[in-house]
Amino acid sequence: MTLALQAIADPSAPLARRNPVAKLAAALLFSLPLISTLDPLTPAIALAIELAAVPFFGVRYATLVRRAWPLLIGAFGLLVTMVLFAAERNGTLLLDLGPFDVTTGVLTAALGLILRLFAVAVPGVLVFATTDPTDLADALVQNAKAPARFAIGALAAFRLLPLLGAEWQMLTLARRARGIDAGHNPVAALRLFVSTAFALLVGALRRGGRLAVAMDARGFDSGAPRSYARRQIFRPADTALVVSAVALSTLTLAVTISLGLFRPII
Amino acid sequence: MSEVVLRGFGWRHAGRRAWAVRDVDLRIAHGERVLLLGPSGAGKSTLLAALAGLLPDDSGEAAGTIEIDGLDPRTHRGVRSPETSADGWSSGAGIVFQDPQTQLVMARSGDDVAFGLENRGVPPARIWPWVSDALDRVGFPYPITRSTAALSGGEAQRLALAGVLALRPGLLLLDEPTANLDPDGAALIRESLGSLRDQTMILVEHRVAEALPLIDRVVVLEPGGGVRADGPPELVFAAYGDRLADEGVWVPGFTVPPLKSGRTAGPDLVRASQVAVAQRLAPVSLGVGEGEVLAVTGPNGAGKSTLALVLGGLLAPTGGQVRGFGDDRPPHRWRAATLTGRIGSVFQNPEHQFVTARVADELAVGPRRLGRSADEVERIVDDLLDQLRLAKLAGANPYTLSGGEARRLSVATALATAPRLLVLDEPTFGQDRRTWIELITLLSTLRDDGHGIVAVTHDDDFVQTVADRTFPLGTARRRDPLPQRHPGGRS
Repeated sequence: MTLALQAIADPSAPLARRNPVAKLAAALLFSLPLISTLDPLTPAIALAIELAAVPFFGVRYATLVRRAWPLLIGAFGLLVTMVLFAAERNGTLLLDLGPFDVTTGVLTAALGLILRLFAVAVPGVLVFATTDPTDLADALVQNAKAPARFAIGALAAFRLLPLLGAEWQMLTLARRARGIDAGHNPVAALRLFVSTAFALLVGALRRGGRLAVAMDARGFDSGAPRSYARRQIFRPADTALVVSAVALSTLTLAVTISLGLFRPII
Repeated sequence: MSEVVLRGFGWRHAGRRAWAVRDVDLRIAHGERVLLLGPSGAGKSTLLAALAGLLPDDSGEAAGTIEIDGLDPRTHRGVRSPETSADGWSSGAGIVFQDPQTQLVMARSGDDVAFGLENRGVPPARIWPWVSDALDRVGFPYPITRSTAALSGGEAQRLALAGVLALRPGLLLLDEPTANLDPDGAALIRESLGSLRDQTMILVEHRVAEALPLIDRVVVLEPGGGVRADGPPELVFAAYGDRLADEGVWVPGFTVPPLKSGRTAGPDLVRASQVAVAQRLAPVSLGVGEGEVLAVTGPNGAGKSTLALVLGGLLAPTGGQVRGFGDDRPPHRWRAATLTGRIGSVFQNPEHQFVTARVADELAVGPRRLGRSADEVERIVDDLLDQLRLAKLAGANPYTLSGGEARRLSVATALATAPRLLVLDEPTFGQDRRTWIELITLLSTLRDDGHGIVAVTHDDDFVQTVADRTFPLGTARRRDPLPQRHPGGRS
């Protein structure tokens, strides 16, 4: 399947094999507490732990970099923003740029933000790189008791997503064939974009409607209890993964607090 | 196998004045295989939806009764568990629609077939044997892990059929199951259907000749109510064949006389030299002259649609060049308004080309972009509405049109700017006989007036009837990444 989130990991790796719900919960429980502090040390420790865990997910570091490269753009954006707009410019002056003085304080703050970005994003990248969407939906229904109407419905919609790219191209070409183009006029370009997006939406809704009828005809969401063709089991190892995530996250915060570096976000 | 009994059945969709179907009395015995015919709008799809239990009470008004094995499909929705019936087949209906893309739910083929079984609560131990059984029945050639996105149209439709058969319905409903497929895909589905022996079957299909080997009884619905004819195919077609043909049904034996040009083509309007598009089209050279219909044929994936886009000035070739209309620049560099005044493109899916909310406005878009005066625009719009039998629909929303109407409108929008060259992608695909004849006649008239016409087509009848020259495009390189969809006519 041509989805962007196709699993690319070795599926037999010890952590890749874990229940998708456990992986998702572990990722959230590990990374969310780290947002509570502004210091750079907490996310640095967290990132170190995450990078150490990467081989256990069966993901190669090169693959991780390929998946996570958009984060580098985000990191650069954060750096520029901090240099331009940081209110506090304390610490040693490194580069004299008038109102945009680059000081150690500014760089520390920027580094903290960049590390946080990575520390929060990498677990998500790992989970989706090692999880098949079908397995995730199955586990959400079977282990997290999410409604099938929501989880399987989202999965079905997800399958139609790759069609939208080809559809967009056809709509764009079709508009040119009707004599509609924007030339170099930005206002016309915006209007053209909006009208094409609207047509895409209309088409997507119609397709979604037809899909819903077909699912209906095959008894989806008819009120009868569903059975599961693919069993997702929440094993003790899955519990252990979630517990470890919480423990590691707590430990990280404890280190920061004991070193007196904890800077609460509020 | 199921028995179907309708007594005075009717259905009116909520908010509509006219009944979609009414006064239908029909009894279909166990194991019968029925072809359901009728002109566009006779209510064939509505009747199938009713049998499939897809018309909930709050979506319209019902009349009479409808029973499958003595049970109302609305209260006994879909297929009940086959485990409870004596012969291992459940009562109730399964339905296959036109478009395979909007029937598949899961990423892997086996999971998709299992989807319906899960919904019915079939015990997990039974699911996978039944999945393999259903896949075998339709002749699905791949393992169950095959990605559903990697299937051709015909293969995907086979999978959709397997997903329905896995539920072991006693009644199989087929709503134009081959209308969205190319000839090879359609043949795959007919082959699968021909090998089924355990169901009562009701098939809606415009292409009667291809459907005949699959069926043993024909029922013709009368638009406005009732059943016009019912019986063995030969008797029904002997008595009602010409009338059905006039109404748009492709009755076997009713051919259309050829409409070829007697003259040789004029100078080239557009000429392509060694044009290629990376991954999609191998280098080809061809020209299209004034006063000729050129049919571009070839297997799926040969790049026919891509060639149409290049000739239409919509896609930049990655190799070779296209020139025409005495312009130094290639068509894909022309401004859109210039382009529409010279080359009109008609897409496979008409809805891709609609940009307004009214049929009349749709026709006015092109002439306005060319800077025509308000009077001129009005005259052009009125002429086209008359010429293409759309006058009654002038105020309708283009998205609400039937397949045939939408096709006529998309051709009309291309004609509104009076281009000398017309490029059409599968113009006759999925059309009923009446729209087909109108299109063929219109294209031959345009050709005789000196227009150049290029049509990408799978339709042999089109080639035989109106094409003056055929350009066969090479063998498949890979599957065409552009959508091979078509909304088709609803009836």
